[in-house]
Amino acid sequence: MSLEEMYREVILDHYRNPRNRDPLDHVDATAEGNNPLCGDEVTIEVGLDGDTVQAISVRGQGCSISQASASMMSKAVLGKTEKEIAEITDTFKKMMGVIETDDVVVDEERPGATLGDLEALQGVRKFPVRIKCADLAWTTLEEALNP
Amino acid sequence: MTDWAAIRADFPILSREMNGYPLAYLDSAATSQKPQAVLDAITDFYSTTNANVHRGAYSLADEATRMYEDARSTVARFIGAQSDEIVFTRGATSAFNTVAYGWALRHLTEDDRILLTIMEHHANIVPWQLVADLTGCSIEFVSITDTGRLDLDDFHHLLDEDVKLVGASMASNVLGTINPIAEIADAAHQVGALVIADAAQAVPHMSVNVYDTGADWICFSGHKMLGPTGIGVLWGRPEILDEMEPAEGGGEMITDVRLDGSTWAAVPHKFEAGTPPFAQAVGLKAAIDYLEAVGMDEVERREQELTEYALKSMAGVEGLTVYGPATAQDRVGAISFSLNDIHPHDLATILDQRGVAIRAGHHCARPLARSLNVPATARASLYLYNQESDIDALIGALAEAKELFSVA
Repeated sequence: MSLEEMYREVILDHYRNPRNRDPLDHVDATAEGNNPLCGDEVTIEVGLDGDTVQAISVRGQGCSISQASASMMSKAVLGKTEKEIAEITDTFKKMMGVIETDDVVVDEERPGATLGDLEALQGVRKFPVRIKCADLAWTTLEEALNP
Repeated sequence: MTDWAAIRADFPILSREMNGYPLAYLDSAATSQKPQAVLDAITDFYSTTNANVHRGAYSLADEATRMYEDARSTVARFIGAQSDEIVFTRGATSAFNTVAYGWALRHLTEDDRILLTIMEHHANIVPWQLVADLTGCSIEFVSITDTGRLDLDDFHHLLDEDVKLVGASMASNVLGTINPIAEIADAAHQVGALVIADAAQAVPHMSVNVYDTGADWICFSGHKMLGPTGIGVLWGRPEILDEMEPAEGGGEMITDVRLDGSTWAAVPHKFEAGTPPFAQAVGLKAAIDYLEAVGMDEVERREQELTEYALKSMAGVEGLTVYGPATAQDRVGAISFSLNDIHPHDLATILDQRGVAIRAGHHCARPLARSLNVPATARASLYLYNQESDIDALIGALAEAKELFSVA
């Protein structure tokens, strides 16, 4: 695994052009997360329609991995139900090794089939001190949805 | 003429490879590496002389006690002090807390103010916040100028008779700025305030005489000056140490313990509750012997040379911003910087893949990071064992980082 793989174009694109950053007018759930050791920060606001996330705002500051992960997550969970989001979160955390598993999480034959752009973050697994950067937004979203 | 290549060879860890590249260790402001002489001194002590100090009646304990006290004398001589003015602590942080609990908590009231600088390490901020919580005193911060120097106008403006304590670093661990501590102490004393100086980035890098600083207390740690972790030093003016109460109670710091109260041992022992870090003290003595053999003036000169080389090299990197003084004058070799929009953590990861070890983050100085309006910075910091090739490796890796981030 090389640096080039870790800093794939899709990650740098989300870092420089983060999606879903505008604050929401109506907020049903919110949470703030930070990594005190490195200073990465993420604020998540969610607008719900029943148990479906119909609007999301993700703002923050930090390294490319933390901010790109947050941006990609916002895309991945928008329009999904809380149950679907819990499944995506579980899959993502397994892909990153945050949740231990023996299962093959991502099908290498079909890149993007499991988690879309988020699969670009797999490269971070080879840099253990950075995994918490990728995980920050996901843990924060879990806190917002399960206060 | 010092043989700097031979000095470097005294540090076994520096011959390591990291991720397939020679290790370029540029994080000495966080902790320094140790020469073989220090490693040997600690191993020798445990192999031949280990026994608890100040309590055994047998010869081995007496030998260990002598070595511990001999380390105290060495520290004292190194900073121009007397042995009984040297308190061994667990580290610089613990030295600050000793003053916070042993002096500030008992002297400050809600009418009093503590004046700190915005460039202080958390170790010289948080203990005073704890004191403020308990006493109701207030804390104010002196700002810095655009060039990363302490704003002395602001300092004099904030200093008045309500200020009872001034805390200032002698050299900033983020900006590298050397502060005019004697001028600060002089002004503070004129309004009746006492001065505590953070010397953690000063004592390892330059000749320091505590009486020349004008400060009333000085705190520094062993592990940033070639010594082991787990030991720090609090120096204080004898008359102030005398009237201070201990911050910690326990064994070794008493003359008598009765059911209705106890009496304290003399300074410095009254501040050294429990088994002190005596093996670490022996290691610290070896570190000071090593530094003195090189000569602190020579250490300072070499670091100036390396700092100048680093600043010049970094000035040639397009998109690189240095936070802090841009010239090597009146600064130490802790150089914080950023590169384009590349976050410092990304930089640190990329540099690490080329064997270059730098620090990324707020460097335990979040108020300063906020005042600079940056969430984090990258920091390269130098010591006597670094060489120009370490800086060249840094510059080369920075170019690669730019390349990597240019794709999007």
